[in-house]
Amino acid sequence: MTAAQPKERWFGQAVRRLEDDALLRGKGRFVDDIHLPGLRHAAFLRSPHAHARLGAIDVADAEALPGVMRVLTYKDLRPLLTCDRIPLAMPSGAIRFDVDPFVLARDEVCHVGEPIALVIAESRHVAEDALGLIAVDFAPLPAIVDPRDGLKAGAPQARTDCPDNLVAKMSAAYGDVDGAFASAAHVVAQDFHLHKGGGHSIEPRGLLARYDAGEDLLTVWDSTQMPHQAKRVLVRALGLSEHQVRVVAPDVGGGFGPKFVFHPEELAVAAAAMLTGAPIKWIEDRFENFMSTVQERDQYWSVEAACDGEGRLLGIRGTLVHDHGAYTPYGVALPYNSATNLIGPYVLPSYRLDIALGLTNLIPTTPTRGAGRPQGTFVMERLLDRLAAKLGLDRAEIRRRNLIQPQQMPYDSGLKTRDGGAMVYDSGDYPQCMARALACAGWEDFPARRAAARAQGRFLGIGLANYVEGSGRGPFESASVRIGPSGKVTVTTGAAAQGQGTVTMLAQLVADALGVRPDEITVIAGDTAASPLGLGAFASRQAVTAGNAAHQAAGEVRAKILKVASGWLEADPQDLELTAGRVHVTGVPGRGRTLGEVAAALAGLPGFALPPGTPPGLSAAVDYQPKGMTYCNGTHVAEVEVDPATFTVTVTRYVVVHDCGRLINPMMVDGQVIGGVVHGLSSALYELMAYGADGQPLTCTYADYLIATADTAPRIEVHHMESPSPLNPLGVKGAGESGTIAALAVIASAVEDALKPFDVTICELPVTPARLFALMPREGQI
Amino acid sequence: MKPAPFAYHAPATKAEALGLLARLDDARVLAGGQSLLPMMNLRLAGPTNLIDLNGIAELSGIRRAGDALVIEAMTRQRAAERSELVREHCPLLAEAMAHVGFQQTRNRGTVGGSIAHMDPTAELPVVACALDAVLTVESAAGGRQFPIAELAQGYLMTQIAPDEMLVRIALPLWPKGHGFAFEEVTRRGETFSVVCVAALARLDGAGAFARLALAIGGLGAAPVRLQAMEAALVGARADAEAFAAAGAAAGALEADEAPFAPPDFKRHLAGVLTQRALARAAGRARRASS
Repeated sequence: MTAAQPKERWFGQAVRRLEDDALLRGKGRFVDDIHLPGLRHAAFLRSPHAHARLGAIDVADAEALPGVMRVLTYKDLRPLLTCDRIPLAMPSGAIRFDVDPFVLARDEVCHVGEPIALVIAESRHVAEDALGLIAVDFAPLPAIVDPRDGLKAGAPQARTDCPDNLVAKMSAAYGDVDGAFASAAHVVAQDFHLHKGGGHSIEPRGLLARYDAGEDLLTVWDSTQMPHQAKRVLVRALGLSEHQVRVVAPDVGGGFGPKFVFHPEELAVAAAAMLTGAPIKWIEDRFENFMSTVQERDQYWSVEAACDGEGRLLGIRGTLVHDHGAYTPYGVALPYNSATNLIGPYVLPSYRLDIALGLTNLIPTTPTRGAGRPQGTFVMERLLDRLAAKLGLDRAEIRRRNLIQPQQMPYDSGLKTRDGGAMVYDSGDYPQCMARALACAGWEDFPARRAAARAQGRFLGIGLANYVEGSGRGPFESASVRIGPSGKVTVTTGAAAQGQGTVTMLAQLVADALGVRPDEITVIAGDTAASPLGLGAFASRQAVTAGNAAHQAAGEVRAKILKVASGWLEADPQDLELTAGRVHVTGVPGRGRTLGEVAAALAGLPGFALPPGTPPGLSAAVDYQPKGMTYCNGTHVAEVEVDPATFTVTVTRYVVVHDCGRLINPMMVDGQVIGGVVHGLSSALYELMAYGADGQPLTCTYADYLIATADTAPRIEVHHMESPSPLNPLGVKGAGESGTIAALAVIASAVEDALKPFDVTICELPVTPARLFALMPREGQI
Repeated sequence: MKPAPFAYHAPATKAEALGLLARLDDARVLAGGQSLLPMMNLRLAGPTNLIDLNGIAELSGIRRAGDALVIEAMTRQRAAERSELVREHCPLLAEAMAHVGFQQTRNRGTVGGSIAHMDPTAELPVVACALDAVLTVESAAGGRQFPIAELAQGYLMTQIAPDEMLVRIALPLWPKGHGFAFEEVTRRGETFSVVCVAALARLDGAGAFARLALAIGGLGAAPVRLQAMEAALVGARADAEAFAAAGAAAGALEADEAPFAPPDFKRHLAGVLTQRALARAAGRARRASS
């Protein structure tokens, strides 16, 4: 762009992602791409038992293997630590026992894959050879695999340090739900067993830790969504001060939730680097990923819905038993999201869900993309389908009768968010959103398509689902914008990027304020040395929080530039504009200065005065605190074909109408939504983390554990609505997870519809061919 | 997921490879490595010696030899998939090949490797079974031949001795005008099959079966031929009733428990796919003869 061209606005443009050039050319820098002199490699000995008391650990043979530097256990690392357990607990009144994990197992292993010992060797190969030489005495204990079993009276303890397995108990409730049921015209009841897949980033977890004694600095390159949180845990657990720890998230090959959680390996490798003085790298392999990275897994719902004679909801009540796993690294957020997201875009006058979180001898469960919301949405949408069937209403019609109307915005749901605030939907036009989706998907014409297919012996089905997603969670995110005498613009932020396009998004916003191109801006995300404060990636939050922080900081820098230039150019700030890296008088590009000149003047010269009335430096830092969560919404409609003899499900059409407020980069939002839908389809149709009755994982490769692949993904049509959020200056809402949320419900609805002649009821996820076969009436086969 | 230490050998000739096999203890031959290497990385397999056959040119190739199509064991699956000879003389194999692994694995995986590995869900042993393939194995002491029906001795176990290797697969050809079909059900698009069926059929002038072959994979350790039903249907009209009878016979076979595929589901699929495969094969035979 030259100065003569009109000023562009980058907000709202499908700007190509600044991240992609390096990534597509293989020049990304992931943890495993970082090589340091003297590097050693780590491998973890993991528990082969779901539950066992840990006896003696003999590492002598392993340490004697050539190439092995050290073999470390809990006893070796504990002296470096300030506490027995890794301090991860999140505040929650519902938690009865805070079960923080240990750096390495101390005297009990509580799931298969729990790390017990750490081998440090010259190569990963040798480290793995040494694992086979470590002898451990285990005394196996009974394992809890199904949380419902663990909550029965007299059940064995999943952990001997907890008196029972009810790790937390809570309710989501408002209104007179029993009164609603007493006066209801219709009631439906249903049990659901919902299994949700894991994160499955292409790059598994991993880190490289180096302690430089000369600098007295522990540097950890960590494949994490939360570098600042990782630093905080390391500082506290290792008894260091903040200046002694730097955590950098380099290029991260996908997060999707699990990399939010600080895992024991992160502390173990960092502590080992401090203990041995050697830089140590650990890259999780896929087998370990299946056995040690947090998952989402199982929920058991037992619910009933009441409505009046016209199908208007009166109340929903029931219970939810949630498989919590063996530790509590993420509090109760996952099932609470499920519970609160159930109400979705509907007017629900009363609600009570009693939630029990059961300890199991399985990997801890924490949110993955969608974070429990797909399950809540699934339950509501399935209940609406049941009511529609009972009342003889079209599935779209019953939803129409229950949607929150635009004039009801902002809408107080009656529920509380997890920090105790009111759960208030900020904006959106749900009826229009659904109407557009139905129109785009040809809902009204579907019966004709179905009939034509049936004439050819094919079975088509259609389904729809609506959802709302709370996004942009606080309490804050940080961003600073800085221009030096070089004239180069640098943005630093506490946000962290795992492929979402965070760099591009922030560069677009800052570019608009400063009159430079996005590709001229450097964005440093995910480095605790670059941004003193920060939270990171979770809850579809970074455009809302870091975006508004960067926008505000860039606005402050712009104001400073205008102020300085106004004096220099003897022009009113309103008559100045910023274009192509310069500030100049509007319409007179020659009459101006470069941003570098402004920055140089504010950088100061020894003994010379700064421009009058301006504090030094051309920079601004903002810690943006959102006023409340912003709620994006959408409608999905899917058409499927089901072979009623082989139970193969093919998704033939998928339409999304999506409203995440104002779009910063529609192309990236499309990518997020499409990726989210595929993630959701994967969970709806394929993903199943299976365990034997003894707690042994049965699906630890992608041959056994299926995820959606390109050949099975349908073309996904995405249409946008833009209901600005009134809660932030940019009017944006989150988009990272929403594609996932409705996919599970919509597929179940569509498959059930396709198999309507066989009266199949889908209450279990994933919807696999073997399960459909089992649901079919025997005479309905072939 | 790193393999345990092993000694790597890269012979340049078949004779050299057989010599190594005779001499070395605990040796495995490496073909395309699409199954063996993952097993080694998971430390489910840990041979002391790995004999890499990939540098031996004489172990690859496809040729017509009399009434058989001869495929050397190290022939890449992708080469067989794209072979004009295969398409012309053995279209069943060409059709099934698209289901074998993924395009990426077919570039490396070999025809002989898949058959010798004998994965119970693999497609190639089923095709070979339908065609009554004859296998040639060799050791330093010499070679021997046996029909594929005699290969399996249990899950992932074959009668190929530790000092032997599979060198050649001979597929007896069906005459021009035969019909063929390959059907499979997977748990998701491209992935391992749950059950797969290969069908071959030849019709007489009156539209009755002159000859047919039905092989079913996925039910147990090795593919199963529906021999009694094949014999019973010769001379019968190739119509819906015949296809249903074949399906019913397949649906009555024994099936082992497998993860995510209960026996009754597998039997059901065997019935459905057999019926469909035979119908499709018969349809092709009818069109070819009309």
